Amino acid sequence: MLNNTPKEISERSALVVNPAKTCQPIGAMYAALGIHGCLPHSHGSQGCCSFHRMHLTRHFREPIVASTSSFTEGACVFGGKTNLKKGLETVFEIYNPEIVAVNTTCLSETIGDDLSEIISSTNIPKGKTVIYANTPSYVGSHITGFSNMTKAMVTHLASKDENGGNNKLAIIPGFVEPSDMAEIKRILKLIGIPFIMFPDTSGVLNSPNTGKYVMYPKGGVTVEELKDLGNCFGTIALGKFASEAAAYELEKKCEVEAHVLKVPIGIKATDDFIMELLQMTVKEVPKELEEERGQLVDLMVDIHNHYHGKKVAIFGDPDIVTSMTEFAVSLGMIPKYVLTGTPGSAFEKDVTDILKSAGIEDFRVKAAGDLMELHQWIKNDKVDLLIGNTYGKYISRAENIPLVRMGFPILDRVGHSYFPVVGYKGAMRIIEKISTALLDKYDRECPEEDFELVM
Amino acid sequence: MNKIVDRILFRYPAKVMKNRKEHILVKEPEGPKEISANTRTLPGIITNRGCAYAGCKGVVIGPIIDMVHITHGPVGCSYYTWAARRNKGKAREGGKSFLEYAFTTDLQESDIVFGGIKKLAQAIKEAVEIFHPKAISIAATCPVGLIGDDIHAVAKKAQEEYGIPVLAFSCEGYKGVSQSAGHHIANNKLMKDVVGTEDIPEAQRKKYSVNILGEYNIGGDEWEIKRVLNKIGYTVIATLTGDAEYGDIAKAHNADLNLVQCHRSINYIADMIEIKYGLPWMKVNFIGIENFSNSLRNMAKYFGDAELMERTERVIQEEIEDIKDEINRYKEMCKGKTAVLFVGGSRAHHYQGLLKEIGMETVMAGYEFGHRDDYEGRDILPYIKLDADTRNIEELTVEKDERKYRLRMSPEKLEELKKEIPINQYKGMIHDMKDNTIIIDDLNHFETEMFIKALKPAFFGSGIKDKYIVEKMGVYSKQMHSYDYSGPYAGFRGAVNFARDTAAGIHTPAWSYIVPPWKKEPILKGKIEKEGVEEAC
Repeated sequence: MLNNTPKEISERSALVVNPAKTCQPIGAMYAALGIHGCLPHSHGSQGCCSFHRMHLTRHFREPIVASTSSFTEGACVFGGKTNLKKGLETVFEIYNPEIVAVNTTCLSETIGDDLSEIISSTNIPKGKTVIYANTPSYVGSHITGFSNMTKAMVTHLASKDENGGNNKLAIIPGFVEPSDMAEIKRILKLIGIPFIMFPDTSGVLNSPNTGKYVMYPKGGVTVEELKDLGNCFGTIALGKFASEAAAYELEKKCEVEAHVLKVPIGIKATDDFIMELLQMTVKEVPKELEEERGQLVDLMVDIHNHYHGKKVAIFGDPDIVTSMTEFAVSLGMIPKYVLTGTPGSAFEKDVTDILKSAGIEDFRVKAAGDLMELHQWIKNDKVDLLIGNTYGKYISRAENIPLVRMGFPILDRVGHSYFPVVGYKGAMRIIEKISTALLDKYDRECPEEDFELVM
Repeated sequence: MNKIVDRILFRYPAKVMKNRKEHILVKEPEGPKEISANTRTLPGIITNRGCAYAGCKGVVIGPIIDMVHITHGPVGCSYYTWAARRNKGKAREGGKSFLEYAFTTDLQESDIVFGGIKKLAQAIKEAVEIFHPKAISIAATCPVGLIGDDIHAVAKKAQEEYGIPVLAFSCEGYKGVSQSAGHHIANNKLMKDVVGTEDIPEAQRKKYSVNILGEYNIGGDEWEIKRVLNKIGYTVIATLTGDAEYGDIAKAHNADLNLVQCHRSINYIADMIEIKYGLPWMKVNFIGIENFSNSLRNMAKYFGDAELMERTERVIQEEIEDIKDEINRYKEMCKGKTAVLFVGGSRAHHYQGLLKEIGMETVMAGYEFGHRDDYEGRDILPYIKLDADTRNIEELTVEKDERKYRLRMSPEKLEELKKEIPINQYKGMIHDMKDNTIIIDDLNHFETEMFIKALKPAFFGSGIKDKYIVEKMGVYSKQMHSYDYSGPYAGFRGAVNFARDTAAGIHTPAWSYIVPPWKKEPILKGKIEKEGVEEAC
C-alpha cells in the first residue's frame, strides 16, 4: 500500500499528491442543499456538477440532485449567459424548486461571467428566488465554497424589519453532518432558545425511505427564515473557516452581533458553546444537558487508560480538526501531526496555541498540506492512531495504524449522517470510536496469553 | 410503450419536448430505428453526464498503472478521479503502480493570472525525482485551455530532459458534449505516441496473441476474462487499459487480433491499428455466459485452428459446469422480472444478455454518451453528421506503417470470415432489443422518476447519482459502473457474482419493511392512508 511514498521528505513546491481538500463548488452545493426546496445549480461544464453530486452521494448515500449550465466550447468563447438563462428557465419549468442557488466553477470564473447581470436579466417565475455565490475552484477549498454560499444566503436574502426583532438566534453550524446539525438544534431546544439555523441539511440528507421519492425533503432552512435572519438578536458561527464570513456579513448588513466559536466537538468546545448561549440569552442549563455532560466526564475517567498518552495524527477540514485536536488534548492524548489541505494561517495558529498551552512541544501542524506529506511524517516517526476522513485508510493500512473516521468525506462506512460527533453526546461517540479502534488492534495482534476478556 | 413515452414527453415545455423526442425511441418491427445521440446537453435538465476530462483521464488514461497521471488544474478534478472508478491494478514484480495516488498542480489564483506552465514543469520534475515513473501523463482541465497554457510544449521539453515519455492530453472539460470527447482525445494520443513503439521480435511472438481493447478491469473484470483466455491458450499482449503497464500498450501492434469490448471508448484505436498495422478487430462481449462463450468461439474461428476450437469448447463446458447450479438458483429468484439499464456508453447493451440468462427482461435501455453507431450499429457511420460541438475534436488519420504492417490473413479470407463473425462490425444495442422496448439517450432526472413510476421495474441498473433516488421509490437500483463495490461481473465467474448480487438486491428483506405496520393494519377504526411504492404518473 502506498509503496511509492518515500520515507525521505523532499521539498515539493508544485506537485500536490493525495490532497487533503477538494474544490469550492462542492461545499457550495452542500450548503445549498441545506435550504428547503432548493436546487443547487453549477455554472460551468457539466463534469464538475457530476463529480460533486457523485461525491456527496457516496458520502451520504442519499440522492444529491443539482443542475448545471453544461458549458460547451462555444460558451467558453462567447460567455455562459445563454446557458445559465436557459438552464434556469428549464429548472423552474421542470423541477419547480422554491429557490435555486447558483455556484460557479473555475471555468465560468476564468472567463468572468457576470452572474448578477445574467440572473437579473432572466425571467424568474413569481415567488421564486435565485441566489448565487462565486466559488472559484482555484481559491481555498470546499470549505471556502461552503462559506461563500452560506454568506451568499445572507447577502441575497437577509433583511432587517423596522418593527423589531424576532427574538431568535441565528446559528451557522459549519460544514458538519446533518446529524451534527440535528444535535445542535436539540441542544438549543433543550435550553429553550428560538433559532434560525442556516444552512441545515438535517432532514434533507438523512431522509427516510418511505417508498416515495421526494425531490425536496422536509428539512432545510426556508427562504422566509433566511430573509428573517436580519431580525435575529445575535449570531453564533461555529467554525472560523466555514461560518465566520456569513456571520460578519449579517453583522455588517443587519447589525446582528456575530459570535465566532469553535465547532462544538469535544467537552471544552461544547462547554464554550453552551456558555456563550447562556450568556447571550440569560437562560439556564437544563438538567438533561448537565446529565449528558456528567456522563461524558464519567466515561472519560472510566476508560482514560485506553487512550491516555497515545500519539495521534489528525487531518481533515480546518474547523473540525481544530476542535478535534482540542478534544484529543483533553483526553490526555498527544496530537503529534495536525494537518489540513485548506489554506489559512489561522489554522496553524489556533492549533499551535491549543498544543502549546497543553504543554505539548513535539508536534507538526500544517495548513495547505497533503496526505503524502502526512504519511511521510508518520513514516519517520509513528503515531498510535489516525483521525480523519476515508482517504486515511490507505495510510492506516500501509502503516498499520487504526483509523477513526471523522469529517468529510466518509465513503466506506455508515453512521456519520445519523449519529452526531458534536455536543456531549457526540463526544461520547468519539470516545467509543477511539477506544474501539485501539482495542480492536490490540485484540487482533496481542500474544494469545495476553488476550483479555475484560478490558 | 409509445403511450408511456408520449405521456412523459407531454409534461415537458414545448422546446424541451422537441429536443427530447429525438432521443427516445420505442422499438417496433416496422418503425424508424433512428435516434439522436451525442448532441449537447440541455442546460438545467439534470443530466447524468460528465466531461471530457473524465472520459480521458478518468476512463482511458488513468487505469495505466505505472504512469504518474498529473492533473493540471485546480484540485477538484484530480481529487474526484482519485480511486473513485474501480479500475483495479497490481504492480508487476519489480514494477510500480500509482493507482492509490492523485497528482495535481493544484492551480491557485496567481497561476490563473500568470499562467500555470512553470508550475506544471516543476511538478513534472518533482514527480520524476520522487517517483521515477515509467511515463507521465498530463491532463488539462477547464481553465487550462482558457488561460492558454501550452501543456504540449511543457511535455515535449520534459520528455527530452528526463528521457521518459510525457504525454499531454488537451481534454478540457468543456470539449465535446460528454465523456465521449475525452475517449477520442485519449485514443488519438495513445495511437500517435505509444502504440507501435515497442516491437516484439518475431522469434518471441506467441501464437494466438490478442489485445483486449476497451476493458478497464472494473472490480477485476479483466483478470477474470484473462483467466479464461489463458486457460484456452491465448496470450494477452495488452489490455487497453485495465491493469495495463505503459509498455504493454507500446507493444499492442504485435498481437494478431484486437478484441473490442467497449466499442464507444476504444473503436478509434481499433480502426487505426488496423489501418496502420494490419491487425483486424472483432467485437466481443464478455458479459454473460452465452455472450462470453460466443465471443470465445468467434475468436477460435478467427484463428481457424481445429485444436483451438476444441479446447475452447472444452473450457466453455468446464466453466459452465462449475457455475450452472448456483446461477440456476439465482434465476429462480429473478425470473419474470423486468430491468431498466442506463449506463455510460456500452454496458446498457452488454448486460442485457446476462439479465436474460437469469430470467429478466430489459424493457428500457439507454446510454449517457453513446453515439448513433452504438445504438444503431456501425453501418450508420457514413451518415452521421458531426455538429459544431464535436467538430473541434481532432479526427486523427493514420497511414499504413510500411515497416510494421503485417497482414494476419489474406483479405479474401478475412472477407469470408466477416460473414460469420463480427470483424470490424458492431450491430449496436437496438439490434438486440425486443420489440416494444424503450431506447433512451441521455436520460435525465425527470425522466428517471417518470419512467420508474410508469414501468415499475424490479431492477434499475445505473450509476451512483440515481441509485438512491430510485431506491427511495422502492425499486432496487444496482450500480452498473462501480458494481456496488462488488465484482468481477465479466466472464463465467462474473456472471455468478452478478446473479448473486442481483438476487440479493431484489430480495433483501428490507423492501418489505418500507410501509410501517400501522399504515397497513388498522389499529383503531378509520381509514388507512395509502402508502408505499410509488404510483404511475
